[in-house]
Amino acid sequence: MSRSVKWLVPTIYILFLMLPIYWLISMSFKTTNEILGAFSLWPQEFTLENYKKIFTDPTWYNGYINSLIYVVINTVISVSVALPAAYAFSRYRFLGDKHLFFWLLTNRMAPPAVFALPFFQLYSATGLFDTHIAVALAHCLFNIPLAVWILEGFMSGVPKELDETAYLDGYSFWRFFVRIFIPTIAAGIGVAMFFCFMYSWVELLLAKTLTSVNAKPIAATMTRTASTSGYELGLLAAAGTLTIIPGAFVIYFVRNYIARGFALGRV
Amino acid sequence: MAIELKGVTKVVGTETHIYPTDLRLEEGAFNVLLGTTLSGKTTLLRLMAGLELPGSGEIWFNGENVTGVPVQKRSVSMVYQQFINYPNFTVFDNIASPLRVACVARSEINSRVENMAGLLKLDNFLGRQPAELSGGQQQRIAIARALVKNSNLVLLDEPLANLDYKLREELRDEMPRLFADTGATVVYTTTEPLEALMLGGNTATLYQGAVSQYGNTATCYRQPANLKTAKVFSDPPINTAQVTKRGERFYLDDKISWVAPTSLRSLKDEVYTVGLRPHHLSLEDSEQETVSIEAEVEIAELSGSESVVHLNVRGNAWVSESTGIHPFEMGQRTNVYMQVAQCLYFDHTHKLVQI
Repeated sequence: MSRSVKWLVPTIYILFLMLPIYWLISMSFKTTNEILGAFSLWPQEFTLENYKKIFTDPTWYNGYINSLIYVVINTVISVSVALPAAYAFSRYRFLGDKHLFFWLLTNRMAPPAVFALPFFQLYSATGLFDTHIAVALAHCLFNIPLAVWILEGFMSGVPKELDETAYLDGYSFWRFFVRIFIPTIAAGIGVAMFFCFMYSWVELLLAKTLTSVNAKPIAATMTRTASTSGYELGLLAAAGTLTIIPGAFVIYFVRNYIARGFALGRV
Repeated sequence: MAIELKGVTKVVGTETHIYPTDLRLEEGAFNVLLGTTLSGKTTLLRLMAGLELPGSGEIWFNGENVTGVPVQKRSVSMVYQQFINYPNFTVFDNIASPLRVACVARSEINSRVENMAGLLKLDNFLGRQPAELSGGQQQRIAIARALVKNSNLVLLDEPLANLDYKLREELRDEMPRLFADTGATVVYTTTEPLEALMLGGNTATLYQGAVSQYGNTATCYRQPANLKTAKVFSDPPINTAQVTKRGERFYLDDKISWVAPTSLRSLKDEVYTVGLRPHHLSLEDSEQETVSIEAEVEIAELSGSESVVHLNVRGNAWVSESTGIHPFEMGQRTNVYMQVAQCLYFDHTHKLVQI
């Protein structure tokens, strides 16, 4: 009795978690008529039309390309800027270091909507509106502090004596940093990149506000529920399924360190 | 060719870590820095390495003022208490790294690393990562890396403190042999008087940020120049008490007294501090000249073959260390025997009295 109960609760919980994802995937293989029609647990008329449309229609696949471009730019900028900053916070004591460090995190506490208007105005005025770099830079506001916090946690786990030993061995700072320190905290860099990637990938409001056509992200395309040919629910489900894939793919690489990431590296 | 500290100080915030220190460590000598935790051993070592700048004073090496010279440009290597190795390098690459940075020819790197690995019994692990090895082996890698570049100054900061008992003894026995041929000046810090005695060479005793004595290890132990050295260089701590000299006798109080050694009879009659190491305070009468005192047992620590008994000896908290098992009840009264010939006498400035 106790044995079956032990399995029952997690099973129900996992089913509960997986249900919307299953429903999304199942819908993506149905026709819109079937979705709007009778209730069915699995596709009655299995179709790949929805996916075919996404991979052939530029208004759809460009959304993915745009999203990927600004997400990658953002991740690269965030982590490369955060690396030296986190090193300074973890290794040096300077005036106001603790306050500055905490202030960084407060940047994450403001809702993105607060910054939508100033960013829109700023980027329009400087001619950056509707470019990939505009979205990437806007996301940096949230991702750099996060990356600094995560990397600082991982770096503080490396004893300062490692740096000193390298200097005593004759390493210059940069040689030590690139050859020894970065490989030592590779897991931390992976986790920081993952969090930057995920945030930038799912963020909708700023990405939608700062783009119109050329850099329009997939999430913005997906909010267009109706088109000239009426409701296209199957198509939207297929787009949603494809949106989940990059996250699942990236999480696979950092699966062993992800808990430390959520604890901002402090475990 | 030696390392010399000239009036070196170190103050962090409002705390003085190192009081003005003058110390000259001779070339090629094995030097031990002995002191309790927080006595400034590590700070002094870091100042010698150049990892920290002194607040004032100068550090001279081989007749050159090296104060403020970056560590990369000095010929120094260091081994820490924690096992510090490059985690992403193999054992071979770890040992080879100082040579690679110095652009030594590949064939020479191979022969020197293999030679060093043989000396430290690492030959079978050269292809592994440090994390796959035991603590003792990890520390051996760190020592090999410190020795392979033939630096003039090798600093070891309590290198054996994090090792378990067996490995520590094994590595300690190898220590003097490892450094014998290098010709380097070695500085080794430790908190254990026994370790200092086993390593030999010279010892500098540190007490609360100041060097209290520097000289031959055995001499420092047998004839501590002052009470601080005697305290640092004794484990369990040395027993002390105030004694009054009157005529030819030292008086602990009205009832307990003993005849002063011949050389000290001409001393001024005043109050002195007597120091007696715990193993010279016996629980059984011996053939040597002793003074018997009644004492109250506070705690008896019994190990396999030794007894350390904490006593209240006429108001003084003393410790007796002796071989054999001597079980005592708390509060039990017993006689203890001072081997008065072994007593050290310190004057009111805490200097050893010698005539």
